[in-house]
Amino acid sequence: MLPEYQNFFTRVQVRTAPDPGVPVWGGRYERIGTPFFSYWIGKIGNAQIGPIYLGALGTAAAFTFTIGFVIIGFNMLASVHWNPIQFVRQLPWLALEPPPPSQGLKLIPPLNQGGWWNIAGFFITLSIMLWWLRMYRRARALGMGTHVPWAFASAIWLYLVLGFIRPVLMGSWSEAVPFGIFPHLDWTTAFSIRYGNLYYNPFHCLSIVFLYGSVLLFAMHGATILAVSRYGGEREIEQIVDRGTATERAALFWRWTMGFNATMESIHRWAWWFAVLTSLTGGIGILLTGTVVDNWYLWGIKHGMVPGYPDVFGGVVDPSLAPGAKP
Amino acid sequence: MKLWVPVTGAIVVLLGGWMVATAGWSLPPVDNKQTGFRGTGMVQIIDHDRAVKLQAANVPPPSPYDPDPTGPRAKETYPGLQLLGDLSGDQLLRLMTSMAEWVAPEQGCAYCHNVENMADDTMYTHKVARRMIQMTRTINAEWKSHVGATGVTCHTCHRGNPVPKNIWFAEPGPGPIAGNTGWVGWRNGQNVVTSTSNSTSLPYDYASDYLLKDNKIRVHTLTALPSGNKATIMDTESTYGFMVHMSTGLGVNCTFCHNSRAFNAWDESPPQRVTAWHGIRMARSLNVNYLEPLKPVYPAERLGRLGDAPKANCSTCHQGQNKPLNGVSMLKDYQAELGGGTP
Repeated sequence: MLPEYQNFFTRVQVRTAPDPGVPVWGGRYERIGTPFFSYWIGKIGNAQIGPIYLGALGTAAAFTFTIGFVIIGFNMLASVHWNPIQFVRQLPWLALEPPPPSQGLKLIPPLNQGGWWNIAGFFITLSIMLWWLRMYRRARALGMGTHVPWAFASAIWLYLVLGFIRPVLMGSWSEAVPFGIFPHLDWTTAFSIRYGNLYYNPFHCLSIVFLYGSVLLFAMHGATILAVSRYGGEREIEQIVDRGTATERAALFWRWTMGFNATMESIHRWAWWFAVLTSLTGGIGILLTGTVVDNWYLWGIKHGMVPGYPDVFGGVVDPSLAPGAKP
Repeated sequence: MKLWVPVTGAIVVLLGGWMVATAGWSLPPVDNKQTGFRGTGMVQIIDHDRAVKLQAANVPPPSPYDPDPTGPRAKETYPGLQLLGDLSGDQLLRLMTSMAEWVAPEQGCAYCHNVENMADDTMYTHKVARRMIQMTRTINAEWKSHVGATGVTCHTCHRGNPVPKNIWFAEPGPGPIAGNTGWVGWRNGQNVVTSTSNSTSLPYDYASDYLLKDNKIRVHTLTALPSGNKATIMDTESTYGFMVHMSTGLGVNCTFCHNSRAFNAWDESPPQRVTAWHGIRMARSLNVNYLEPLKPVYPAERLGRLGDAPKANCSTCHQGQNKPLNGVSMLKDYQAELGGGTP
């Protein structure tokens, strides 16, 4: 059975009576739904679907998310004049925009001047917070550590900086990100352009290091474990305290190739910190932009980050500075 | 087995595949040309097939015969002439023939002239044509900073069309014009598919901002730390939308005019940016002084959805090429008629 793991997709699917999960004490709500098995889901994960624990926090989070989601959706639909075909066709282009600069930090601007953005943003944020609490409580209920909610909190930090903390510091909701697929990408580009190229923002640099580092660690770790799964290497938790031949081989492989190896436990700390630091440092970079630094390229020049290149274009001068230039 | 899982998965995969397949790809071969210092991303990416097609579609008409510049002046022969009076009869005749070819090859002289009385000035096309000749002369005389010695003729924009193909009107966006006055669905002048925004979700009425009004295109702060620059992200998106128009209109990448690391820095920019800077001022000046003031002259069907006159932007002349008509000067054959020297 072990060589079955040597594949891009899971080839082993366990079929028993559905597992309801360990008993948990103190919860007021029960797990809901009759579990069933799906062969195709089993290709990428556990074939068993359900049961799910929604509870009070989960229900409240789902409810507030739905309110925000529906507000965004109906604004998008209205922006194409209630034409459902155009709504589907243009969905990636559509958005719910934050209020214009003229509305400043008004709590509820006119509905059709960004007011809906504030309301939708409030409900979505509330939903995210409730979901975080739910994650924390479920982790505690299962007697787990709270690593997952704290990692999620790092993403929430970035989200709050983008949509709340930085706009408040800048004194205008218009600085916040629109809800929309292409529009939020346009926002990102415009943000970098306006503030003189985020490439020269050191926290942006750090965020990229951790992002790409996460990808690298993920690939290294995933590949290592798959490669030693023929020796039972996927039973990582047991091997933290009881190294088997899989662990020995995996560790030796990395010592041979790069002189150092993480352990079955520490590799997960590496991955967790890289992932968490991606959004943590990213959020700091966003927070400093426009509040503390207004042109990152010039800041980079000031601090020796920007290399000089030969002037191949022969010294172009801003034509608006020429005497008698037309405005 | 529960069927909804594979069915949903299949729909997602099919829709995703369809979106990817129809995303408007440029097929190879793609040419690239380094334009700046190595390693700085200063490169022009050129869709080879498209460039070949564009070049073929932008071949100017052959040079006309040389007119006889001597003989009585046109104003002596045609006393009612308001313009072009200092040309010889032959020069005037040749210009009129060429204009018919450039602007109204199907309708001919009758597109602008009352053929019963060629001096009649009641047709709106006649009035517009006179103003357009004046505009062409102004471009060739006063905007050498943009058009150089190559200059422009009527054909640069018209290309055989009575109304040039690439004109712009104030853009209220798709749907009813009053549509944004409701209580839901505010677009903030963007976030919808329009041809003016070149299929981006960027603002779609940037031309009114920068080519009619002189709103600030520049959004950068020229100090590292904040120093009172109030330009917003939305201002930046408008500039961005306009820059996409310039890029599309000229068939070039951003790095044709800008360096890759600091869009605002002039001292690192290619010299083309200066030409483009003058071009923006030129288009704005033409719209303000020539094109928009013609509004009362036009019949309603020539006006935009907001009742404004047709106007010029970068695409009007450039039509996808950084040098219109493959860079060939048609003006050199019409210096006396349309050149900068003539009043």
